[in-house]
Amino acid sequence: MSDHEAHVDEHFAGSNKLFISIWVWLLVLTLLEIFLAYRPMELHFMLTILLGLSLVKAFLIMAYFMHLKFERLSLILTLIPALVVCILLLLVFFPDSFRSQGLRYQYKEAPPVAPPPVEEP
Amino acid sequence: MSTEAQAGHFPAVDWEGGAFPYRVGHRKLGMWLFIVSDSLTFSALLIGYSYLRASNVWPTPFPFYPSIVFSSVMTFCLLSSSLTMVFGVSASSKGDKAKARKWILLTILFGAAFIVLHLIEWQHLIHEGLRPFFLPEHWVQVFTQNGVPPSPLFGATFFAITGLHMFHVATGAIYLLVVAARINKLKHEDVEISGLYWHFVDLVWMFVFPLIYIMSVDIGGHLAAAPH
Repeated sequence: MSDHEAHVDEHFAGSNKLFISIWVWLLVLTLLEIFLAYRPMELHFMLTILLGLSLVKAFLIMAYFMHLKFERLSLILTLIPALVVCILLLLVFFPDSFRSQGLRYQYKEAPPVAPPPVEEP
Repeated sequence: MSTEAQAGHFPAVDWEGGAFPYRVGHRKLGMWLFIVSDSLTFSALLIGYSYLRASNVWPTPFPFYPSIVFSSVMTFCLLSSSLTMVFGVSASSKGDKAKARKWILLTILFGAAFIVLHLIEWQHLIHEGLRPFFLPEHWVQVFTQNGVPPSPLFGATFFAITGLHMFHVATGAIYLLVVAARINKLKHEDVEISGLYWHFVDLVWMFVFPLIYIMSVDIGGHLAAAPH
């Protein structure tokens, strides 16, 4: 074991110029999302694009702002794949969600609404 | 160094038996593990929201002003706060504690702006009559499809998810305030760890904003046109 392995690397890689360009990219992607909100399109299509853009933004934030790009591969492999698998496992609920659309309770009368706000005297 | 180059893509070899297998301290590793668990919390909430949304008639009530304008400015505030936080951590790594403190205080300012704007946005919706388990009456009329009314759980998902996120921003701001106050006593790594938490709060918003706000835009302006 060499000596330099025994300490924690405190050097913070990445120049301010790089971080500003990442910030600009994040803003551009956000503006694109807002623009897309007003394009008439299929809901599934919209959801796919928005989630894709969000994943790109999350990747940029994790890689550069959270500095993961400059960490050891072993740290990234410890944290990320397990998280992704766990999140994907949550998708197991969706078939039930789509199924229950057909089982929805049909209101005979109007559904409950909020009581009217109390007027200030 | 040569062993490191050879190790390349074999993480187990990459460790090299050192005291810090990930080349980060135990505090930073702890924060990373917290972030992983907290992202599962938010994932579960967002998936729960999607579950409800896919199995119900769902209202899409957000007008361009105030909702989308406010949430976009809030997004800008959070993204900018992340940038100033990176500058703070960068200054801290160079040993310039005074400069780091200034950047962190600016970060807190952006975070506070986010919370204030978000509370104003909540106020708009509450004033319109939105409650966790009730929709405003005119929303029910506008968004009823084929005789099926929209789900009254809209408010529950909206206030729960944005509320939990706002709570994270608030605790993050307090955390950063403590870090800024004690920065001369803290090590650089501690400043970097507080940055990790702050960026995570920003990251979560990158999913909350499109899924809650962008996906619920009142495109045709149905709500504005309806009498109430």
